[in-house]
Amino acid sequence: MVRRGARVLSTPLGLDGYLGLVNPMWSPQWRGRIVCVLPETHDMSTVRIRTNGRWPAHRPGQYVRLGIELDGRRHWRAYTVTSDPGDALVAVSVKEFGGGVVSGHLVRHAREGDLVHLGEVEGTFCLPDPLPRRVLLISAGSGITPVLGLLRQLDRAGAIEDIVHVACNRAERDFAFGSQLQALAGRRRGYRVHVHLSAERGRITPEGIGRLCPDWRERATFACGPGALLDALEAHWEAAGVAEQLFVERFQPRIGAGVRAGAGGSIRFRLSGIDAQCAGDTPMLVAGLAAGARLPHGCEMGICRTCVGALVEGRVRDLRTGVVNGEPQTMVRTCVSCPDGPVEIDL
Amino acid sequence: MTVAEAPVRDAGTWGRFSAAELEQIAVELDAIGDAARADLGAPDARYIRRVIAAQRAFEVAGRGLLLFSRKRSAQVGGTVALTLSKVLSNMEIGHNVMHGQYDWMNDPEIHSSTWEWDAVSTAASWKHSHNFQHHQYTNVVGKDRDLGYSAMRVDPDQPWHPIYLLQPFYGVLMALTFEWGIAIYDMELDAVRNGRKTKERARQEMKAFLRKAARQVAKDGLVYPALSGRAWKRTLAANLAANVARNVWVHTIVFMGHLPEEAETFVEEQLEDEEPGAWYVRQMAGSCNIEGTRLFQILNGHLGYQIEHHLYPDVPSSRYPELAPAVRAVCRRHGLPYNSGRLGCQYRSVAKKILRLSFP
Repeated sequence: MVRRGARVLSTPLGLDGYLGLVNPMWSPQWRGRIVCVLPETHDMSTVRIRTNGRWPAHRPGQYVRLGIELDGRRHWRAYTVTSDPGDALVAVSVKEFGGGVVSGHLVRHAREGDLVHLGEVEGTFCLPDPLPRRVLLISAGSGITPVLGLLRQLDRAGAIEDIVHVACNRAERDFAFGSQLQALAGRRRGYRVHVHLSAERGRITPEGIGRLCPDWRERATFACGPGALLDALEAHWEAAGVAEQLFVERFQPRIGAGVRAGAGGSIRFRLSGIDAQCAGDTPMLVAGLAAGARLPHGCEMGICRTCVGALVEGRVRDLRTGVVNGEPQTMVRTCVSCPDGPVEIDL
Repeated sequence: MTVAEAPVRDAGTWGRFSAAELEQIAVELDAIGDAARADLGAPDARYIRRVIAAQRAFEVAGRGLLLFSRKRSAQVGGTVALTLSKVLSNMEIGHNVMHGQYDWMNDPEIHSSTWEWDAVSTAASWKHSHNFQHHQYTNVVGKDRDLGYSAMRVDPDQPWHPIYLLQPFYGVLMALTFEWGIAIYDMELDAVRNGRKTKERARQEMKAFLRKAARQVAKDGLVYPALSGRAWKRTLAANLAANVARNVWVHTIVFMGHLPEEAETFVEEQLEDEEPGAWYVRQMAGSCNIEGTRLFQILNGHLGYQIEHHLYPDVPSSRYPELAPAVRAVCRRHGLPYNSGRLGCQYRSVAKKILRLSFP
């Protein structure tokens, strides 16, 4: 009500256009300030963030998108939330990837007071309800972050009865949260952790996991790590006929895999004055950028809504779901949508 | 003083260049733009955010002075602050953000697809008519709708009609009400009659315009005067003055950009198979720079660098001054015109043209 009243005075801006200038944290957008950056290993840090009061309760294992401004440009990346639901500060644990602009900045240069933008909390790598009794956890490298969230959830619920955790790292110095895991193992008799260092013993294989945990077929298994490992695990569980027991988190939800391709068509970006041709399996954003339109974009996986534009004419298909929508003025996420016949959009 | 770097020959700049020369011009001008785009970063982001903060500070200060002070000096100060707010909102911020000059920041709040400005025309309709029609077809008679806005005779090739005898008078009227003129003109209602635009589309655009205009009029014409209580007349007068001053300023800058005597116009046939180099030449020959201080350039949205703006409409405007020497050098090398002059001089030139062409 107040906002609507103020809008009459501040049109064409919202009141937020003024408040956000005085203090960025007063913006209705999700934002936060970095409170501290704590090193976990030589290339991984936990970043604690105080948000502007609009943090939704997340479920352990989910991730949040962080928007970081570097040299004037905003970059979006997804990181597992490593704080627990209800914590005063939100935490993400970031591992520096070779040459990663954003991860490198967060691990090495982020400082107290830095502003970060927050996207939606998403992810389905979560424990089922009721909580499973016999669990196998497999983590490799930075894959420890969502697995740790699940483990702490089980601990808080007093539900640690029989958990086997295979924690893989390259070497001892890459082992994040090691002391936390060891402390838990000392405290809870139902939790056993096997540390596998690939620099000494080679990459872990499904067979190797089977040797560490012979009853893997009877356990609810949660795995997070490099794509190659997860592919191997999926094939192995599939072959044993227990694929439904395995839950994986890939960190890179590839919309390229399993897109619901459609007809494709021409796109007229009305405001840019640019026409593009778009194949049936290609996002409109990709086709538009290739044709020279300067389009806003962020996550490129349908989450941050930076890339939306109003549909003027035509029908678009959501590449993730295959749902076709032709309602004029729908806000279309161009990064996950594809034209179904000729389309005109206000971008 | 008007500076023409090279004399414009009788045949017009057009057609003086061989295909190879045009290609070379395109290569050289592309390189200048590419270097500027590659160099964008934190200082550019800081600049536009500062201008936005200044505009909003002027807005709050102007409204505050008019609402809460009864002093005469406050009324004058409030009107000036409000005018500056509207001028910055339209020129250095709105015009340039809507060109996509800051889209690379990937900030949805400073992006061409989301920006709205303090004027009655909607951003969507203006962007189409300006970014596409005017920038694509700059100074092509019959294609560039901004060339005299169909109401004025600004080129000897336009057939004369007795109505043009009045154009000096309605030209002044147009300057006073410029934001309304372009808002209605940009909807291209004439395109409905000849079928280039569906009725449904026109209806939607009209609705959007009426909604936006109603908000603008309510704000300046009703709400703020009403909040001023007994001083409502004074606030209303100040708001009106700020709007009119902004209109006259924008109108002046727009007309100085493409209408001075030395700016060339083109005919549609010249568009056929136009090469990138020829497009560049047309942009340069059809545009005029206005010389002035840094403050003057900020207040006119750096349209004093109209030539650089037309060559690189997507490069942040505050970069134009540093691109200008390189562009001039290209012009000198190839004997291209680089039209540039002081405001007063360009003004006289445009006024003379409008007066002369009002007669057959």
